[in-house]
Amino acid sequence: MKKFLTISAAIAGVAFSASAMAADIKPAVVYDLGGKFDKSFNEAAHTGAEKFTADTGVAYRDFEIQNDSQREQALRNFAKRGQSPVIAIGFSQANAVEKVAKEFPDIQFAIIDEVVDLPNVRSIKFKEDEGSYIVGMLAAMASKTGKVGFVGGMDIPLIRKFACGYKQGVKAANADAEIFENMTGTTGAAWNDPVKGGELAMSQFDRGADVVYHAAGGTGIGVLQAAADAGKLGIGVDSNQNNLHPGSVLTSMLKRVDIAVYKAFEDAKNDAWTSGIQVLGLADGGVDWALDEYNEKLITPEMKAAADKAKADIISGTVKVHDYMPDSSCPF
Amino acid sequence: MSAGQLPRWVDFGLIPAFNLAAAFLVSGLVVLLIGENPIEAVKILIWGSLGYGEGIGFTLFNATNFIFTGLAVAVAFHAGLFNIGGEGQAYVGGLGVALACLALDRYVPWWVTLPFAVLGGALFGAAWAFIPAWLQAKRGSHVVITTIMFNFIGAALMGYLLVDVLVKPGSMQPETRTFEEGGRLPLLNALLPGDFFGTSQVNLALIIALIACVFVWALIWRTRLGYEIRTFGANPAAAVYAGISPVRITIITMMISGGLAGLMAINEIMGAQNRLLLEFVSGYGFVGIAVALMGRAHPIGIVLSAILFGMLYQGGAELSFEMPAITRDMIVVIQGLVILFAGALEYMFRPALVQIFSFARTPATQAV
Repeated sequence: MKKFLTISAAIAGVAFSASAMAADIKPAVVYDLGGKFDKSFNEAAHTGAEKFTADTGVAYRDFEIQNDSQREQALRNFAKRGQSPVIAIGFSQANAVEKVAKEFPDIQFAIIDEVVDLPNVRSIKFKEDEGSYIVGMLAAMASKTGKVGFVGGMDIPLIRKFACGYKQGVKAANADAEIFENMTGTTGAAWNDPVKGGELAMSQFDRGADVVYHAAGGTGIGVLQAAADAGKLGIGVDSNQNNLHPGSVLTSMLKRVDIAVYKAFEDAKNDAWTSGIQVLGLADGGVDWALDEYNEKLITPEMKAAADKAKADIISGTVKVHDYMPDSSCPF
Repeated sequence: MSAGQLPRWVDFGLIPAFNLAAAFLVSGLVVLLIGENPIEAVKILIWGSLGYGEGIGFTLFNATNFIFTGLAVAVAFHAGLFNIGGEGQAYVGGLGVALACLALDRYVPWWVTLPFAVLGGALFGAAWAFIPAWLQAKRGSHVVITTIMFNFIGAALMGYLLVDVLVKPGSMQPETRTFEEGGRLPLLNALLPGDFFGTSQVNLALIIALIACVFVWALIWRTRLGYEIRTFGANPAAAVYAGISPVRITIITMMISGGLAGLMAINEIMGAQNRLLLEFVSGYGFVGIAVALMGRAHPIGIVLSAILFGMLYQGGAELSFEMPAITRDMIVVIQGLVILFAGALEYMFRPALVQIFSFARTPATQAV
């Protein structure tokens, strides 16, 4: 019996070191409360993971949490089973990642939208303010009334960061522009309330706005619908939403969570994993604005030139986009 | 015992067991429909929730939340009030608990902080129930409407406080700083020898929950106030005739109810998360209604049904972990079926059982 145990331990040891030699990774994703089919942020992560599986044939596992205490439990469950890398989607997972990553120093973790300072954690943040700045400029240039709107999901710092970049972009293109800003709600339901999103957009149209940008997850579907119904323009977020209402979606602010997830899996597979902070902005394609066959008629050559120039200026540092986070304030 | 009534063991034991069996039967069919093996699913569910120490720990942790919110709903039931604001009362109660912990955690050990946290949670929860109670008692605004509205007002208030006031500056997460040792309830795993509960978050709040059960039992069945509450609940007109003030009973009952809901935060905030965060109640307040219904508004019944729901939460999480085809929405469906059969269809099997038992008893009655 003892011999059997030694042998099986040896086999397990071999198997373990083999899996540690990369190539054969067992990645996992833990989504935030929104769930993997939220048409927005979490779904982008899901898309990235699915694409990785389609490209490489490496299967991944995922889990949708139901309440806060399950975050830690899910991460630990994956870590215990030797899944690595484990990617936690959303800033709310930070405390859980910190705790579990300490317990499993050999497992690679990644977290989106927040920083966890541990040697085995990759923290991926996005410069949503930069992307929002560009679409803000485009909104101001497309607006005939000089009034534009913003519909946020829940009133949290992250969404204020979107709003602040947007406002700066609007003011950069038209200093006299008027901006209406509304948040959908105060509970998690605010991310998934298209009816209220549509109503908020409508009320902004009634006040004269003719372009509305949303950063509201599933709620934004209603915002874009309302814009299409009213013959106004909407701006999508996170994923490319231009094709939802061709001709009525001016552009989309892309936040490439899918690329971040794909890249994390790929790095682990190629043994190129790095921990530490990655901040993805315009420069590295982490955020961008979308131009495709669905909105090319809406974007005039001047608008495209202005957006390209702004993008180059932000990358080179000539234009500084104000980040809401460090001082929790927005001067615009 | 009059005709049509059932022996107590049938009422409190057999009927819930029947309802549960029916719920699981239908859930099994749903599992079958999506192409998984229901027997295997039940095995995972039971194993995940009761099969090993850590699973039991998580089950008890969830059950602790349900005991508090279930008791809250039950106390109001006895006065004929339907408090569906447990969600908001627990949320605001969390503020009371967190303020006590934030104020004291750096200076004193946890057992000094605890009484203040309990007081804070209960007071804030009670305060959040007071306004709907006052409106019901004085203005006749129905408590069902006002308490659910107060859930949203509570969410707005807490959202504002967490995003703008209590937040760590520069943090993406709307939450307070993490409490130091002095603001953390010890986990049961740390208090007991061995490593039975593993990494589960079950903590001393479980004991507080059980004390709360005894408190509610004594209050409702062994005190004058409890008698008044039950009288008012059974027949408000008769209660007034007997000299019981409806205003006083409504307000006091609702505040006790809100206070109990607020104590849920002791488990979640002081026991597990060790910081105040957005939406930490995440549905426990609403499920408390089902727990109270299933537990027949009696503390022992509530403990049992809280454990059942704790099992469903923990086993359900394990289930969707082991069988990815069973998503978390499927778990909600199964929980929904249990609530449907145990709560709404409570009387489905009753007439048949009443017939069986009255038939069985008839000869005996004649013999006397």
